[in-house]
Amino acid sequence: MEFVIRPRSRVQIFLDRIPVLGEVLQRPLGALGFFIVFMFLVAVIFAPVLAPYDYAKQDIPSMLQGPSRAHLLGTDHLGRDLLSRIIYGSRIALIAAVPSVSIALIGGIILGLLAGYIGGIVDDIIVIILDTIKAFPAVILALAILALLGPSLVNEILVIGLAWIPGYARVTRAQVFSARQNLYVEAERSLGAPSRRIVLQHILPNILAPLLILAAMDLPVVITFEAGLSFLGLGVRPPTPSWGVILAEGFNFIRQTPWPITWAGLTLIITTLGFTLFGETLRDVLDPRLIGTRRA
Amino acid sequence: MRRYLLKRLVTTILVLLLSMVFLALLVHIVPGDAARTLLGPRATPELIAKVRAEMDLDKPPMVQVGLFIWKILHGSFGTDVFTGRPISMLIGSALPHTIILAFSSLGLAVLLGIPLGVFSATHPDSWLDRILALFSISFITIPSYVGGLFLLLIFAVQLRAMPAIGVGEPGNIPDYIRHLILPAVALAITWVGYLARLVRASMLEVLNENYIRAALAAGIPLRKVVYKYALKNALIPTVAVLGVGLGNLMGGAVFVEIIFSRPGMGTLIYNAIQSRNYPIVRAGVLVVACLFIVANLLADLAYTYLDPRIQLDKMQG
Repeated sequence: MEFVIRPRSRVQIFLDRIPVLGEVLQRPLGALGFFIVFMFLVAVIFAPVLAPYDYAKQDIPSMLQGPSRAHLLGTDHLGRDLLSRIIYGSRIALIAAVPSVSIALIGGIILGLLAGYIGGIVDDIIVIILDTIKAFPAVILALAILALLGPSLVNEILVIGLAWIPGYARVTRAQVFSARQNLYVEAERSLGAPSRRIVLQHILPNILAPLLILAAMDLPVVITFEAGLSFLGLGVRPPTPSWGVILAEGFNFIRQTPWPITWAGLTLIITTLGFTLFGETLRDVLDPRLIGTRRA
Repeated sequence: MRRYLLKRLVTTILVLLLSMVFLALLVHIVPGDAARTLLGPRATPELIAKVRAEMDLDKPPMVQVGLFIWKILHGSFGTDVFTGRPISMLIGSALPHTIILAFSSLGLAVLLGIPLGVFSATHPDSWLDRILALFSISFITIPSYVGGLFLLLIFAVQLRAMPAIGVGEPGNIPDYIRHLILPAVALAITWVGYLARLVRASMLEVLNENYIRAALAAGIPLRKVVYKYALKNALIPTVAVLGVGLGNLMGGAVFVEIIFSRPGMGTLIYNAIQSRNYPIVRAGVLVVACLFIVANLLADLAYTYLDPRIQLDKMQG
C-alpha cells in the first residue's frame, strides 16, 4: 500500500478560505469595517461621477461657507467644494499607500529572505541595518530625508517604503527561520536542490500569506502617515486634494471655519477605522496565530 | 543573561554609530550643494566656501563622517550659520519641552489605558466591554495631528476654554501645565486605546492561569487577585511596548508641537527644514533617534529583568 501525502502549503490553505468574507461579515465589527472599505473604494473608483464639482474650481465669492444645499460639506478658503475635494482625496490616499506598502513588502521580503536563508554574517549585517532604520521614529526619518529630497508624492512614497521595510523584513526573516526547520525543506536540500529554488519555490509561497495580511493592515497606517506628511507640507502639494493638504489649509483658516478640519479629520479617522476593523477581523478569521505581530 | 546584555549593548552602540554615518552621508544623496541650498541664490562664493568649510563639505565623504562622529562624541553639533549660536544650545532649550510633553502623554496613556484594559478583561464580552473595544480601536486610529486639530478647534477656538498656542509665561508652572493639557491629550489618545487593548489581551491570558484560579479558590477577594497578582504579570508586555511608544510619541510630538506652536524638537526640526538649515535638521534628528534607541534599550532590559522567562526565548531566536 502506498501513501502519497502532499503537503498543503499555507497559500493553498489561504486560497481554500476565500469564502472567508462571509465569516468576516458575520462579525459586527468586521461588517462595519467592510462597509467602510467598500465605500472608500467606491469613492476612489467613481470619484468623477460622485464629486458634484471640479475639485480645483475656485469660487471666491462663496469661500469659507458652512454646509449648504449647494455645497453639502461647505467650501474652503478659495471657495472650492469640500465634498469634491474629499472624494478625490481618497484617490491620493490610495495612490500613495499602495505603492509605498508594495515597496516595503518587496524590499522587506528580499532582505528577510537573504538574512533568514543565508544566515551568518549576512544575517548580522542585514539585522543591524534594519535596526538602524528602525532607530528613527518614522516621522523623523521622513523629515530628515524629505528635507533634502524636497516635497513630492514620489519622494514621499519612497520614504514611506523605506521606513516600513524593517517590519516586513523581520517577519520574513522569522518565518524563513521556522520554515527552514520543515522536513520538506530538508528533503529538498538533501536531493541537491539549489538554495535559490528552495527559497523561491518552497519557502516564499509558504510565508506569503502572513506577509500579505500584514500589508493589508499597514494600508490604513500608511494612509494616515501620508496625510500627516502632506499636512506638514512635505508630501502632496496643493492644489492636489490630499486629506493632509485639506487639513493644512483648514489649519490656516481655523478661526474662520471649522469645516475643512472637521470633514477631512473625520474622513481620515473613519477610513482608518474601517481598514483596521476589516483587517483585524480578516486576520483573526484567517490566522489566529498572527495576533500581536503588527507594528505598534 | 550577561551574554544577552553584552550582545544588546554592542548592537545598540553599532546602531548609534550607523545612524551617525547615515546622517553624515545623507547630505550627499541630493543633487546640488547643501551649503548653497542653505544660503540661497544670492550668497557670495566666499560665504558659500566658508559655510562649506564649516560644514566640512570640502573634505572627502569618509573624512566628513569621521569628523561628524568625532565632534558629536565631544558634545559639539557645530554652530548655526544664521544665528551663530551653538546648535547644542538650540537643542538644549527645545528638548526639555518635548520630553515633558512625551512623558505627560505616556503618563496619561498609562493612567487611562491600563484601568480600561483591566475593566474590559474582568468583564469579558459584556456590552460595556464591546463598547470599550470599539472606543479603543477608534482611539488607536485617531492620528495625533487629527486629535490635536480637533482639540484645538473645540477647546481653544470654539469654547475658548484652553490656551491655543505656546507654553505660557516662563516660570509660571500652573500656566505651563494649562498649556500642556491639550497637546498631551492629543498625543496620548492613540496610546490610551492601544494600552487598553494590550492590557485586556494579556490580562485575559493571565486570568486563565492556574495560580489565579488557585488564589480565587483560596477565597482571596477578586479585587485583590486582579490588582495584586494578575496585573503584575499582565503588565510585562506593556513595559516592552513603552520603549517603542516613547519613540512614536516623539514622532507624533512633531505634529502636536506645530499645531499648538510649542517650542520643542519637532518645531526645531520643522523650522530648520523650512529654512533648509540642514545642520540643525541633522543634529535634531540624531538626538531624537538617540533618545528612541536608549528608550528601547531600557524597555528591553526592564522586560528581561521583569520576566526571567523572556531571556530563554531570545537565546533561541
